[in-house]
Amino acid sequence: MESLLSDSATPLLTTPLNALHIELGARMVPFAGYSMPVQYPAGLMAEHHHTRNAAGLFDVSHMGQLRLVGADAAAAFESLMPVDVIDLPVGKQRYGLLLNEEGGILDDLMFIRREADIFVVVNGACKAADIAHIQARIGSRCEVIPMPEMALLALQGPQAVTALSRLAPGVEKLVFMTGGHFTVHTGAQDIAVFLTRSGYTGEDGFEISVHSRDADALARALLAQPEVKPIGLGARNSLRLEAGLCLYGNDIDTTTNPVEANLLWAMQKVRRAGGAREGGFPGAAKILAALAHPDANARKRVGLVALERVPVRDHTPLQDLNGQTIGEVTSGLLGPTVDKPIAIGYVPASMAALGTRVNAIVRGKPVLMEITSMPFTPNRYYRG
Amino acid sequence: MTIKFTPDHEWLKLDNGQAVVGITVHAQDALGDVVFVELPEVGKTYAKGDVAGVVESVKAAADVYMPVDGTVTEVNEELRADPALANSDPLGAGWFFKITVADQSQFDALMDDTAYTKFSEAA
Repeated sequence: MESLLSDSATPLLTTPLNALHIELGARMVPFAGYSMPVQYPAGLMAEHHHTRNAAGLFDVSHMGQLRLVGADAAAAFESLMPVDVIDLPVGKQRYGLLLNEEGGILDDLMFIRREADIFVVVNGACKAADIAHIQARIGSRCEVIPMPEMALLALQGPQAVTALSRLAPGVEKLVFMTGGHFTVHTGAQDIAVFLTRSGYTGEDGFEISVHSRDADALARALLAQPEVKPIGLGARNSLRLEAGLCLYGNDIDTTTNPVEANLLWAMQKVRRAGGAREGGFPGAAKILAALAHPDANARKRVGLVALERVPVRDHTPLQDLNGQTIGEVTSGLLGPTVDKPIAIGYVPASMAALGTRVNAIVRGKPVLMEITSMPFTPNRYYRG
Repeated sequence: MTIKFTPDHEWLKLDNGQAVVGITVHAQDALGDVVFVELPEVGKTYAKGDVAGVVESVKAAADVYMPVDGTVTEVNEELRADPALANSDPLGAGWFFKITVADQSQFDALMDDTAYTKFSEAA
């Protein structure tokens, strides 16, 4: 066995729930500059299944929260992404992609139009760079306000709505990708939150932005509900992979563009060729050309399932059946719900058809995999 | 029967020149839920430090090294079928393989229980 735990000399930041994690017996690991719980004593598998069957509480306070304020905020933000921001109604949330001039993905994010601002959640590891990028590009057109005082909790799973609506009546009326301001009644206190009905597990659930001073009380109130257990980053990763969702830094990064990454669903028609606000985002020429003239040699992100029970992990090379290297796995593991080795990876577009077989080279040995549709488990978002 | 531990978190129990090898309580705890094991080939001779197997949890994969020079005499087929045994009973039903120890002095040089406990707590 190799050394399994390595200590980092870099001082780590902590979230407002740090004491609670330790009290709950979490195993803490460095993640995006923070000390974060990778799992609790129940273990990754139990946590994964609990989230799919009941409700799991995740601390995602390491993620970045910011507000864009001003009359021009939507148009300004839209100039950074191949996404329709201008037409998004108040109360509606959308997935977005920050792009560089080559059309490469700087980060993926979630944003929601509110009455007075656009509220944005970005990845923890990218937040400083994202805020600097947004500030530099559109800081003259709107106010870019980081919200380091806020914590973020995710409550995910089919019973999340049951647990949360007991404390915050009204949340059950929200549908997937909408949000609003609510009050959570813990019994001891009333906590003001802004929450959205969304998440990153493929399940119904909520992401809850709360002031740091109230985060611990909110988390304890949620954990006191019979449906809810604490879930670590380990299960968050296996849940998101089964849901077919990209992990920034693995499945997408500055070297991939939305076309390769198969994220065209995130590019609304209004921003594509022939749309009312065609182009005008970084890398638009390259991305619109790739859309207009698909190249069979261009790589494409696909889902893969192994035909034998060997986990196929991140960075495993993929070969065609003649032994030519054609791409690699960008995230992979044994999916606890599907109970099969699943992966996301890149292959040439000509080999991306469902059912195509490729070999993953695991420790020098070929493991047969088949291109499959995603998600690997059906999404269970609440659409009303 | 004597039990010894390697710095790579394997244990061996030696009995009459035959040793049973597995991963330690500390190792399975650090790995988390074990979902897959790859075991060595029966009859094959390995040198100390050779990769003799792989243990994978949902999150991570780790090599299992041959703790001493030896020849594999048996592998735990039950563990192959139910990798979670490495978590539930790492020192018992979750054993990995058995070997004939070629050089007793290599075994003697490994850590005893007290030394390993100190070592793994410091890790």
